[in-house]
Amino acid sequence: MTHQAFLELADDCLVLGHRLSEWCGHAPMLEEDLALPNMALDLIGTSRVLYDHAGKVEGEGRSEDDMAYLRDERAYRNCLLVERPNGDFAHTMLRQFFFVAFMHPYWQAALHSSDPVIAGVAGKAVKELAYHIRHTGEWVIRMGDGTEESTARMRDAVDALAIYIDELFESSDAAAEAEAAGVLPKRADQRAAFDATVAHVFAEAGLEMPTVSHPQTGGRNGIHGEGLGHMLSKMQSVHRALPGVTW
Amino acid sequence: MAHETPLWEVFIRPRNGLSHKHVGSIHAADEVLALQAARDVYTRRGEGNSIWVVPSAAITASDPDQSGENFDPSADKIYRHPTFYDIPDEVGHM
Repeated sequence: MTHQAFLELADDCLVLGHRLSEWCGHAPMLEEDLALPNMALDLIGTSRVLYDHAGKVEGEGRSEDDMAYLRDERAYRNCLLVERPNGDFAHTMLRQFFFVAFMHPYWQAALHSSDPVIAGVAGKAVKELAYHIRHTGEWVIRMGDGTEESTARMRDAVDALAIYIDELFESSDAAAEAEAAGVLPKRADQRAAFDATVAHVFAEAGLEMPTVSHPQTGGRNGIHGEGLGHMLSKMQSVHRALPGVTW
Repeated sequence: MAHETPLWEVFIRPRNGLSHKHVGSIHAADEVLALQAARDVYTRRGEGNSIWVVPSAAITASDPDQSGENFDPSADKIYRHPTFYDIPDEVGHM
C-alpha cells in the first residue's frame, strides 16, 4: 500500500511537470520559455525517482515507464490542482505557486523520513522548489499588482484555482498509512506554512483569497477533470504506439 | 512584450576566485526578475555560482570610430609588457 502513496506524489509531479512542458515554445517571452521547462524538468526528475521507488516497493516488476505511460486516467492519483489546464500565464503561475507553497514545506518535513529514498528526494526537491516559490511568487505579485489587465487575469486565476487548494491537504488511506509509519509527512500539517506563504505574497500582490464554499476533491481516488485524459493520451501516445521504444 | 521590457546584461562568475564574465543579455521588467531570468537562461548547465545583472542602458561603450586613436598607440610599446624581468622559480605561476 505504501507504493500507492508514492504514486500519488509521483503523479502530482509528473502531471504538473507535463503541463508546464506544454509551454515549451509558446511562452510569452524567451526567458519564461526556459524558466517554465526548467521547473518542469525539476518536477519530472522527482517523479522518475518516485515511480522507480514505487515500483520496487510494490515488487511486481513495474518500471517507471510502466507507471507513467501504461496507467489510465482513473489509475492516476494526482490532486486536481496540478492537472488544471495551463490557461493564461496568470493561471499557470498561480497554479505553480499554490502547489509549491504546499510542496516545499512537505519536502522539508520529508527530510526526516524513515525511508532513505524519500529523504533523498526531499533533499533535492527542497532546493528546487524554493526557487519555484520565489519565481512564481514574484510573478503573482507583479501581475496582481500590475496593469489593469494583469490584475484582472490574476484575480480570475485566483477565483478559478482556489477551489482546488483544500484537496492538497487531504490524505488518502494509502497516504495516511505511510504518514502513520513515519515514511511520509502529514499533508494536513503543511497548511500553516502554505497559508503563511500565500498570505505574504497575496498581501504584496493586493490579492484576496476568496471564500470557497465547494472545494473540489477526488483526484486521490482517480476521479479527475475532463482535461487529464486528453493530456495523458498525448503524453502516452508515443509509448503506446511503439512500446518500449528508445532513442 | 519584448519591445517595452528593459534589456539587461548578464555576468556570471564560473567559480570562486575568478571574475564575473559577460555571457549575454536578457529581457526583464526589473532587477529581481532580471536575476531570475539570468539564472534560468544562463546557468542551466552548472555555468557558475554568482550572477550580476546590469541595465544595458547603464553601459557606456567606446565609439568604434575612435578605435584607431584609442587602441593603436599601445601596439608599439612593448616595454609595457612585463617580459623583461627574471622571475625566480619559487614564485611559481604568476
